[in-house]
Amino acid sequence: MTKLPEALLSVRNVSAAYGGAVAALHGVDLDLRRGEILALLGSNGAGKTTLLKAVSNLLPAERGALTGGEIRFEGRDVAESSPADLVRAGLVQVLEGRHCFRSLTVEENLLTGALGRSSSRAEAKADLEKVYDLFPWLAQKRRTAAGLTSGGEQQMTAIGRGLMSRPRLFVLDEPSMGLAPLVVREIFEALKRINAAEGLSLLVAEQNSAIALKYAHRAVVVENGRSVLTGSAAELAARDDIKSFYLGGADLPASSPQAKEVAA
Amino acid sequence: MMDWHEVLFFFEVLVGGLLAGLMYSLVAIGFVLIYKTSGVLNFAQGAMLLFAALTFVSLVNYGAPFLLAFVATFAIMIGLGFAIERTVLRPLVNRPPITLFMATLGLAYVIEGAAQLLWGTQVHRLDLGISDKPMEIAGLLISSFDLVAAAVAFGLVAALGAFFTRTRIGLAFRAVADDQFAALAVGLRLPRIWATVWAAAGFVALVAGLLWGARLGVQFSLSIIVLKALPVLLLGGFDSILGAVVGGLIIGASEKLAEVYLGPYVGGGIESWFAYVVALLFLLVRPSGLFGQKIVERV
Ligand SMILES: Nc1ncnc2c1ncn2[C@@H]1O[C@H](COP(=O)(O)OP(=O)(O)OP(=O)(O)O)[C@@H](O)[C@H]1O
Ligand SMILES: [Mg+2]
Repeated sequence: MTKLPEALLSVRNVSAAYGGAVAALHGVDLDLRRGEILALLGSNGAGKTTLLKAVSNLLPAERGALTGGEIRFEGRDVAESSPADLVRAGLVQVLEGRHCFRSLTVEENLLTGALGRSSSRAEAKADLEKVYDLFPWLAQKRRTAAGLTSGGEQQMTAIGRGLMSRPRLFVLDEPSMGLAPLVVREIFEALKRINAAEGLSLLVAEQNSAIALKYAHRAVVVENGRSVLTGSAAELAARDDIKSFYLGGADLPASSPQAKEVAA
Repeated sequence: MMDWHEVLFFFEVLVGGLLAGLMYSLVAIGFVLIYKTSGVLNFAQGAMLLFAALTFVSLVNYGAPFLLAFVATFAIMIGLGFAIERTVLRPLVNRPPITLFMATLGLAYVIEGAAQLLWGTQVHRLDLGISDKPMEIAGLLISSFDLVAAAVAFGLVAALGAFFTRTRIGLAFRAVADDQFAALAVGLRLPRIWATVWAAAGFVALVAGLLWGARLGVQFSLSIIVLKALPVLLLGGFDSILGAVVGGLIIGASEKLAEVYLGPYVGGGIESWFAYVVALLFLLVRPSGLFGQKIVERV
């Protein structure tokens, strides 16, 4: 048997539920290869956020739990590690809705990312400069309370905070949410730049499939808590029907034969 | 028209009240620390205060010098903070606030019981070597003990302020206070932070316990001081140190003024309930307190 390229993250047949009752995932599979940008697509309530929380072992904090399958990051079972250990191992997530520390300044927000990784002062300083290079606007706002900055600035702050933890797998949950197209582009361009320059692997959940497929290498589509499609971004972007079937468009049933075809 | 002596007397009462209020602030600050970072209203703060004062005074009675007794008691309070995190908070993580509150209620009795077992039930005199003689300042007679207590309160607030804004662990505290879920996702170790906060609250309890103990004697009724801190918290907001200071000043001043000027008409004993009336009236106007939950939000 030929060995597949080593997956940085592998999600095998994962199911998850909230409060022991509300099932949110019923069998998700995905592999993320080192250095790639993988988009996780799906409409409202498909289970993207739940999956990403499971990846960072954040479900217990939301009274949720994995109910089956397993998730491995570099071979390590994430369910066995605390979120803090995962961050130190390089698995860093930018939460849906950004979750900046509102009363902390932009710079203090960034520095919490250094705390999360227990960076030395010198490392933290160097990383701050890198973040300000990536998002120059943040440097202007470094002394402003994050809660008083715009949505785009908050998203950049949250991304910068994540980068301060020196991720090896950077997980982002709907970075485009509620932002103007121009800002969304700036953010994706920045992410793409780091991916190209440093080979940083990215897992990005998006409802905005157009933008995600433009920047991603591959994509996985989830629907009703299941992964239903996997393919290269170019291949998926070329098919108009994907958008209408899965991403909140037409009313064709998800299990239509047409859709399954691509799944291979 | 009021004559000069009456004006002077009024200011004397006012200043005395303000200074006494800072003694309440000292107790309230312990609550704020824990509430801010973990959303728990720690009913056991009074018991911790008692425990700290009793431990200190017992060590001194066994012949320990002041500084050694202080450091040893602080070390014990740190140990207590970590033990509480491990045995009470960690198993109850993600439970509703009322459950945690009930747990601290139980904890208060456990700590008091432990204090009793360890050190007995006697009342101890605590002499910090600060005289309680009135001093004359700008024509007002003011207790020098109150002045020292006020200075300690301000020193503590300044130290906490510096700790929160200048140190890494202080930054982590504020992050957790702001958004616990984000703090978890960022990789902060919440259990460690909570344990540290409880240790810090233990330190505040120690300082407050010494001052209150010196004033009232170290006895079991010290733990009832929580009831004095509550109106201060209602007034100042449960999550603001500045609020605890200002709330203490307002409560202290209005309590003393009411006692002197209204007391004769309502037959005395006003001190025990007037603070609550002030706090409740205030709550009707501003439910989150003076400084509580100042939400930073762009509109
Ligand atoms: N904390 C929670 N408690 C209970 N059920 C939840 C919770 N969070 C999500 N769910 C449910 O789990 C399912 C999946 O939700 P999830 O947030 O993962 O979807 P999503 O794909 O991220 O959607 P969106 O695009 O709107 O963010 C939904 O049915 C949702 O109602
Ligand atoms: Mg989501």
